[in-house]
Amino acid sequence: MNLAILLLIVLFSTSCFFFGRKKIINITAANKIRMNALPDYYGYYLALWCAIPAVLILAFWTVFEPTIIKAFIINNITSSNLKEFNSDELNLIYQQIKALYLGNFTGTLSEEIRRGAENYKSFLSIAEGSKIVILISIVIVTTLYSYKKLINNNKAREDVEKIFKAVLFTCSLVAILTTIGIIFSLLFESIKFFTTINIFDFLFGTSWSPQRAFVRDASTITPEEYNELKDAFGSVPLFAGTAFIAFIAMIVAVPIGLFSGIYLAEYASKKVRKYSKPIIEILAGIPTVVYGFFAALTVGPFFREFGERFGLEVSSESALAAGLVMGVMIIPYVSSLSDDVINAVPQSLRDGSYAVGATKSETIKKVVIPAALPGIVGSVLLAVSRAIGETMIVVMAAGLAARLTINPLESTTTITTQIVMILIGDQEFDSPKTQSAFALGLTLFFATLILNYIALRFVKKYREKYE
Amino acid sequence: MSKEELLKKRYRAEKRFKFYGLTSVILAILFVLFLVNVIFSKGKGAFSRTTISVEVDFNTEKLELKNNPTNKEIQDTDFYDLSIESLLNVYKTNGLKEEKDLIRIFSPDYEIEIKNFIIENKGFLNKTAIIELTASDDIDQLNKGNYPRHLPEERRRISDFQLLIYDKLVEDNKIQKTFNTFLFTNGDSRDPELAGVGGSLLGSFFTIIVTLLLSFPIAILASIYLEEFAPKNRITDFIEININNLAAVPSIVFGLLGLGILLGTFDFPRSTPLVAGITLALMTLPRIIIPCRASLKAVPPSIREGALAVGASKVQSVTHHVVPLAIPGTLSGTIIGLAQALGETAPLILIGMVAFVVDLPSSPVDPSASLPVQVYLWSEQAERGFVEKTSATIMILLTFLITMNAFAVYLRQKFERRWS
Repeated sequence: MNLAILLLIVLFSTSCFFFGRKKIINITAANKIRMNALPDYYGYYLALWCAIPAVLILAFWTVFEPTIIKAFIINNITSSNLKEFNSDELNLIYQQIKALYLGNFTGTLSEEIRRGAENYKSFLSIAEGSKIVILISIVIVTTLYSYKKLINNNKAREDVEKIFKAVLFTCSLVAILTTIGIIFSLLFESIKFFTTINIFDFLFGTSWSPQRAFVRDASTITPEEYNELKDAFGSVPLFAGTAFIAFIAMIVAVPIGLFSGIYLAEYASKKVRKYSKPIIEILAGIPTVVYGFFAALTVGPFFREFGERFGLEVSSESALAAGLVMGVMIIPYVSSLSDDVINAVPQSLRDGSYAVGATKSETIKKVVIPAALPGIVGSVLLAVSRAIGETMIVVMAAGLAARLTINPLESTTTITTQIVMILIGDQEFDSPKTQSAFALGLTLFFATLILNYIALRFVKKYREKYE
Repeated sequence: MSKEELLKKRYRAEKRFKFYGLTSVILAILFVLFLVNVIFSKGKGAFSRTTISVEVDFNTEKLELKNNPTNKEIQDTDFYDLSIESLLNVYKTNGLKEEKDLIRIFSPDYEIEIKNFIIENKGFLNKTAIIELTASDDIDQLNKGNYPRHLPEERRRISDFQLLIYDKLVEDNKIQKTFNTFLFTNGDSRDPELAGVGGSLLGSFFTIIVTLLLSFPIAILASIYLEEFAPKNRITDFIEININNLAAVPSIVFGLLGLGILLGTFDFPRSTPLVAGITLALMTLPRIIIPCRASLKAVPPSIREGALAVGASKVQSVTHHVVPLAIPGTLSGTIIGLAQALGETAPLILIGMVAFVVDLPSSPVDPSASLPVQVYLWSEQAERGFVEKTSATIMILLTFLITMNAFAVYLRQKFERRWS
């Protein structure tokens, strides 16, 4: 339906373009005058005035229609019933009403759901009708208005360009809106969570088992219950597990990545560089779920069998397997970034070192790397931020048990794993368990934000040094 | 230490250092080869399917069918007895347990397969036809040589009797291997031999289309603004900081955004390519804007100045001259961004694309899976057959990614102009 309306608007506005252009060409030909702008701009002017307001209204309508209809339906239920519903029940009823309307209802049919579905249907048709009427009148009004202005407008080009620039600016605001959206969605649920669980108990508690938390109503928690509840949401084991796996990953990625970066930048011939660089970068292009599958199916069992041979107890979902595979994934980030920063070191520094008789490796160790250090640190920090935000590898290969351990052969869990495990499948909204996932997301967001900020500062400082 | 010794030592250190570097490069390349090798050796089996030839006697009287029945009439007829009878004719059985064992060497959809055969070949009514029925997962794996048949009977799912049937069928040449079209046409299934990536292929396709339609125009317009028109002020700085930060935000956070805002606040339909596409578009946007800006920046100022000099307005110089020259670069940046989005899993899990969907989606608002999510879902299954299915899905996914990336490289090399 919306697609059809959109197509109609586009069609109409395209014909407006041709109509406006033709009109101006006719006027100029008949009156032997010259307009200030090319005929095309008059066409654009009319077409934009015809399309933009209507499309904007259509977009807003589409986005807000479900919310408004839901509010109406819920209002109807609460006002026509003597019974009190809490928000969860209302949500459920609304979902059932929608399911009944769509024809995939399962379960027992109650009177209010049946009535609700009828209401829903009538609301939808009212909304549909009023949408069409409003859109048609908007299109007519704006088109007529701009058409009236068209003939006497000497600044059609400037006007069109102004609109164009406004559209450009709006598009660049999407980035800000996304950030606001992220912060809003994370903060909103997290604040609800922190009203139930003290933020310090969340950040410094050492026991994590959200499946134990069954509280529905946050206002009725007794102190004893709270003591038990806070033991379900202590996130230190997750932070430790995340840091631990990231650490293992960096042990793999930093030496291999750094050395291959150095080799490609300083030693490799052009031919070797040309072929080996893209091959290493394939590692960065492989989806993380593939690494996860690889870690869970090949690396994990391999370590377990290997450990058994030496009488070691190795869990098939071990921090070692996840960290190792994650390290392999991160190699190309470290290598290509450090390759870039090493290439940016001025040749004169190297020449000076060679001139006093240093070998190539001595030059690299004593001159190039110290000069490139801020850039290298920056790239390693970016890699760390990638490692702690990485999800699929740890979900598939690191395990679920939240325990404080530094034994890489045991299974550990991470922030991202827990977010996925809490939110996979159906969630109950307004339970501390669901909200805790958003609190974890907020922590993750800020952790990566700070790391990225520091890393970019390092890289920027380094760039300034040699510019 | 004498001078010569010292020099030798330094040269040894030099050699050692170079060796470390070379080893690292070789190690990284070996990882790639190993990974690809593991996936391909595990996945190639999924492209073939094991079938068993069964004689079926389509006697219309027994089926209670009229002569010259329509498709609908056949569809409504019960083929169960006929199917069971034909299956039991494959091998001589003794007792209920053996009959059960015999039927279990076939995939559970045998009745539908027989029905579809006769609908497509009505000429076989009242005749006997030899139909290739899909074998069960265990027989399929056994036939591909992946099944540990040397284990004692109580530790394997295939009974000794079934092994006996299998060996007899092989001897009689009644077991065939054909190309597995199910893998591409079927939706998800609980039975590995029937499961296919058809649904998730379509889901991924719709998702990427939505992502492309949203992210490409917005990204290119935003980068034109930032590169060509933006004044140097606080708002511009703030936008740039935001773009750079968003490019490094973990993908799972975008999943939380989709869950909280799109599903929670705006009540969009769950598990659909539409929501997945919007979420991925928001995630990909900064990653596309950065290369788009780079390719706009690469257009030399002389082009703009030339246009301005002959009287074009600023907007005209940008839209008529700068943007057309930058298009190849922006396109290749977009394709690489989309390839990343295509392989993304975590945000899609959060917006509910892990639902078990059997039907193929026909529009972006139907619930569906996507290729990477399918990999995740199947990797959690215990059946042996799903391991090769998962690897095959990865192969399909990687094929798409490699094609997209190669196309991006081609675009860049073919159309990008070097200014120097």
